[in-house]
Formats: sequence, structure tokens, C-alpha cells
Amino acid sequence: MHETDMTKALIVTIQDWWDAQPERPTIQKVHLIVGAFTCVEPASLQFAFDVQTQGTFLDGSELVIKDIPLVAHCHTCRADYTPDVGSQYACPTCNSPMEDIRSGRELKIDRLECVAA
Amino acid sequence: MERLYKRGPLPPAPLPLAFIPMHQTFDAAIEMNLLHANQRGADHNRAHFDEWGITCINLMSSPGAGKTQLLESTLKGLEPDLNIAVIEGDMTTELDADRLRQYGVPVIAINTGRSCHLDSKMVAGGIHQLQHSHEPTTLDLVVVENVGNLVCPAEFEVGEHAKVALLSVTEGEDKPLKYPVMFREADCLLITKTDLAPYLDVDLDRIEANVRQINPDVAIFRVSAKTGTGLTAWFEWVQQTVMNQTNRLQLTV
Ligand SMILES: Nc1nc2c(ncn2[C@@H]2O[C@H](COP(=O)(O)OP(=O)(O)OP(=O)(O)O)[C@@H](O)[C@H]2O)c(=O)[nH]1
Ligand SMILES: [Mg+2]
Ligand SMILES: [Zn+2]
Ligand SMILES: [Zn+2]
Ligand SMILES: [Zn+2]
Repeated sequence: MHETDMTKALIVTIQDWWDAQPERPTIQKVHLIVGAFTCVEPASLQFAFDVQTQGTFLDGSELVIKDIPLVAHCHTCRADYTPDVGSQYACPTCNSPMEDIRSGRELKIDRLECVAA
Repeated sequence: MERLYKRGPLPPAPLPLAFIPMHQTFDAAIEMNLLHANQRGADHNRAHFDEWGITCINLMSSPGAGKTQLLESTLKGLEPDLNIAVIEGDMTTELDADRLRQYGVPVIAINTGRSCHLDSKMVAGGIHQLQHSHEPTTLDLVVVENVGNLVCPAEFEVGEHAKVALLSVTEGEDKPLKYPVMFREADCLLITKTDLAPYLDVDLDRIEANVRQINPDVAIFRVSAKTGTGLTAWFEWVQQTVMNQTNRLQLTV
């Protein structure tokens, strides 16, 4: 699945950063931010990461995924709400459709936890 | 000597070696989107389309919802008015590419391997091929038929100006709720195979309502590529989209 491709992109990005460091640190943890309203399955990502980092400079480093819930904003109610992903997206108070998404679309590498070489 | 020392702050005494932490830990902020590279490639593709005055539509659905069949009807219905090319991204559809070539339009089949979606790099290959084998400036519209998959094609831009999602009446009313990202991202939704609706226990209004919860602005058409019902409205939407895109380009030139 595409989690394999995503992981490849993730590794390449980290590799670029790592190669640019004067002294190559050991990367202990890779922190990702993954929104609930994306096509990414955190468990598949975790699995792909463990497989694809074997024998590389990232071998043994841990992937830490922070899940971000889907939060929408209702203009009628002037309030944020949390849709029930999979069954209900309209505002639970006034039934307006989901217009603005406040969070849940994130798919990014946040930071790396390193140990100096 | 003593007085001198008292004037400024004392220089820090070097720590005995034992106190230097051997393994200093630190955080490196990266803050980069995982889809960054794909996004950049999509921008590259879009720049080509804009340069040639082409509108690009990305056609997406689950396997078998009727993308190729719809394309056949669309080529038949629109080719007199628009010059169209197809980038055929479905692995299993060397057959589909041949089906479409009968209409006399350029069809570029790209090998997607086992990928579950098209990415911008694969489509770039198709675009460059189109550039070499045909005169791209004569084209008005390029339709990309994506890999049959309801989950991720919506997340991987290929350089399109509009996303069109198909949902056939046989798939069930709840699909938009279960695969919301695609229906959120779509500019146009086609409910396909409506000729089959009488034989099924399916409520088309229900499908529309479910999609509208997620995407209130999407244009929705009910079509049957088999009988031709509803296709005129879809053709008009395509022509309007091409016209809007052409006007937008002229404004920015
Ligand atoms: N009854 C009916 N059948 C249709 C219609 N459109 C497509 N089909 C049938 O649905 C099947 C799949 O159609 P395709 O056009 O190949 O679907 P697709 O989305 O391109 O499929 P993949 O490329 O494999 O994902 C074929 O057997 C078509 O004949 C329609 O409007 N009505
Ligand atoms: Mg097809
Ligand atoms: Zn995918
Ligand atoms: Zn509300
Ligand atoms: Zn190029």
C-alpha cells in the first residue's frame, strides 16, 4: 500500500537532513503528526517504517505517531465540533454540513530526537 | 594579580572530563509535509498544462465504478467540441487504453506497477510522452484515469485542475461516509450506473445527502453511461470547467 511510498518519502527526507549534519547523530525517535482525516493508517506506517529502516542509518530508531483528531468548525453555531469519522460529519447541533476543517488533515514530520555522535 | 581577577566575571572553569555528558541529546525540528515531493511534482505537471493551455481532470473511483465506460461516452460526446487526450493510469487496463484509442484520441498508458494510486511522477512520465508524440498545444483537455481505489488517490495530486469522483449505485449509500477524503476533495461527483438503480435497494438522495455532509459545494450528477441518461449535464460541466480554466489562464498571462 501507499504507506510504503510514504515511508520512502519519510526516509529520504530524514536522510537529506542527516547527510547535511557535520557529525552524524544517532536518531532515536522520529516524531510524526498524522491527522484522522487522511488516507494514512498509522499501524501500516509503523509496520512499513520498521521493515524499511532495517540495516539503514535509521535501524533501531522508533517511529512515534501523534494522532490529530478531525475538528471542524460550524459557522452557524460559531463553534468547533468533532465529527464522528465514518458516520457523521455534519454539525451535531444544527446539522450544517462540514465546511471548515480546523485539524485532521496533517501529514508531517515534526521533529527528530537525536543523540550527538 | 588578585585585583585583576576581581574586575570581570570569572572565566568559567573547564568542567572535569567526567562531567561532560557523553551522549548529548537534542531535537531537530523538520516540520515537513510527507507529501511534499509529490506536491512539487504536481506543480511541475500543472505548469506544463498551463503552458499548453490544457485543463486536466483527475478521474477517481473504486475499481469498476465505470471510469473507462464514462470516458468512452465522454470522448464520443465531446470530441467534436474539445480536443481530448487520456492518460490511462490503470494497471489492469492496457485493454482500456485500446478501448479508448478507437475514438481517435491520444491515449498514453502508464505503468503503475502495483501502486494503489497514481503519483505526480508517474503522470509526469505520461505528460512528457504526450509532449513528444503529439502537439500538446492543440489539446484542450487531458483526462487522467486513476487507479481504481477509493482511499488514497485523492491525497496524491497529479497536477489536475479538477477532481472528479465516481460512485456507482451498486456500491452502497454509506461509501462516502466511510471514505470521506475522496468525497471531500472532489469538485464533481458522478453517481454512475443509474440504469441499475431500479433493480437495487438504493436511495440516490441518500447518497447525495451523505456526500453533501462532507462537501457542501460539490457538483453532483446522476448518470448512466449505458443509456446516456444524465450525460448532457456532465458534458456541460466539463465544458464549463475547461472554459473557466482557459479564462483564468488568460487573466494571469
Ligand atoms: N449497467 C451499467 N453498467 C456499466 C455502466 N458503466 C460501466 N458499466 C459496467 O461496469 C463495469 C466496469 O466498468 P469500467 O468502465 O471498466 O470501470 P472502471 O472504473 O474503469 O474500472 P477499473 O478501471 O478496473 O477500476 C463494466 O462491465 C461496464 O460495462 C453503466 O452506466 N451501466
Ligand atoms: Mg478503467
Ligand atoms: Zn495509495
Ligand atoms: Zn452548527
Ligand atoms: Zn516536465
